[in-house]
Amino acid sequence: MYSEIEGISVKANSDSAPAVNTIPFDAERHPIVEVRNLNAWYGAQHVISDVSMKFKRNHVTAIIGPSGCGKSTLVRCINRLHELVPSSKLTGNVMLDGVDIYGKQIDVVDVRRRIGMVFQKPNPFPNMSIRDNVIAGWKLAGVRDKKRLDEIAKNALQQAFLWDEVRDKLPNSGASISGGQQQRLCIARALAVEPEVILMDEPCSALDPTATAKIEELISKLSENYTVIIVTHNMQQASRVADFTAFMYLGKLIEYDETPRMFENPKEELTERYITGKFG
Amino acid sequence: MNMRRILDRVWLGLAVAAVVAALAPLASIIYYVTVKGIAAISWNFLTHNFDQVGNNGGIANALEGTFLVVALASAIGVPIGLLAGVYISEYATGRSADVVRFLSDVLVGIPSIVTGILVYSAIVISFPTPFNGYTAFAAGVALGLMEIPIIANTTSESLRLVPNSLREASAALGIRKWRTIFLMMANCLGGIMTGILLATSRVAGETAPLLLTALGSTQPFQGWFNAVETMTLFIFQNGTSGTPNLVEQAWGASFVLLITVLGINIAIKLVTRRRIVFV
Repeated sequence: MYSEIEGISVKANSDSAPAVNTIPFDAERHPIVEVRNLNAWYGAQHVISDVSMKFKRNHVTAIIGPSGCGKSTLVRCINRLHELVPSSKLTGNVMLDGVDIYGKQIDVVDVRRRIGMVFQKPNPFPNMSIRDNVIAGWKLAGVRDKKRLDEIAKNALQQAFLWDEVRDKLPNSGASISGGQQQRLCIARALAVEPEVILMDEPCSALDPTATAKIEELISKLSENYTVIIVTHNMQQASRVADFTAFMYLGKLIEYDETPRMFENPKEELTERYITGKFG
Repeated sequence: MNMRRILDRVWLGLAVAAVVAALAPLASIIYYVTVKGIAAISWNFLTHNFDQVGNNGGIANALEGTFLVVALASAIGVPIGLLAGVYISEYATGRSADVVRFLSDVLVGIPSIVTGILVYSAIVISFPTPFNGYTAFAAGVALGLMEIPIIANTTSESLRLVPNSLREASAALGIRKWRTIFLMMANCLGGIMTGILLATSRVAGETAPLLLTALGSTQPFQGWFNAVETMTLFIFQNGTSGTPNLVEQAWGASFVLLITVLGINIAIKLVTRRRIVFV
């Protein structure tokens, strides 16, 4: 099934057993999100093929893999953002606490309020103040109680470790702060709606090392109360922040394990070649 | 000087000449209208209704008519144009989007007299009134029809310039689509306002469809179901009357119309320059 890439011949294992090692590991217990036989397309391009995996509650799971392997698309399927792209298609199920979020009676708005997302590039609303950015999810859902909104804003900014830096400039534009601060503002905005799961799509790729370190520290703290699923092309980042790591290649889940085991003793040759930098 | 430098100069010279050729008529129009028109301008001219015989007549009724007819046109054109623009940019996908976008582009280019004859046959001759069906209402509808595609196009273009990352940020927060669209519109309010003003200034200067709908009148506004005078009809009728003082009044009206349209265009510049903060 796999083609020959950079001289590496990959065994065709998609037709037989799934490539994922089947040894049960800790992620199997208490999953909050479960992906079942997920396939996703952009037009005719098959970007996710038959991925099944579970994400453990209140832990950090990293998804790594080379560009175009489908890792971003996978998280975009988990909060149903994939369907916003014209010509996109999807089959399979995504279960949130055992309920299929693609079910007919499910309101996509509820799904997205329970599964927040932070994007690759900081994307605060440029026409809103810092305060209004944080509470955008409430305000645009019709909440008008100023006192409550102020509390929500403060609480979320504190959780994102941004409060001390912006407390005196809450009325300033959300675009007026530094890139790293903007990204933490976006995290605060996602936290403010009190989600259970936070998806992060390469949240540090546009940031400098100092800002990256702050976000990573924040991610570790967040896993006390939230389930974090982070896409990254930075393997060091995955090993630093993630309890579990999944390796994807050409739309398939190749290996999924506890992070230390994954990096020290990968079972698949492909995983080993990727994490040792032989391709990617 | 070598050949390349000479050629360079020649091309520059040609380009400058072309700019002069393009601007000269414009400058002379503004100059001529100002010189001819300013002589007719007085407080009396702006505040008095048309007077066929005396010299005390003015353009008050024409100004009033233009204002009301354009207001009705915008009351029709702005909401429909905005919604159509939102549909084109935010809802239509694939083939239907292409078709609607193409139709909207075509509609912008429809000669205004065609819109006029359409409204003439659909409204004017179908609903007889004291003025053979010529009404301010029909005029507003005709101009409104002209506003719709202009506003639809500028709105959809403005919305498409809003980065998709903001749309996704809003959707990912669990914000409903219609509220997301409002947020996106707030992010390109300058562009949308420009489109509305552009459409308004464009139809304020129209004459052809009004000849078939408003007819023109020497009276002040008599209600929506009567003929009505407008600035452009005033200029058309008096400018071709051959009576010296009426021709002079036509020049005065031209000047006022020119200033109005110029004013709207300056407003557009101001709107697009200022970043509008909107929560």
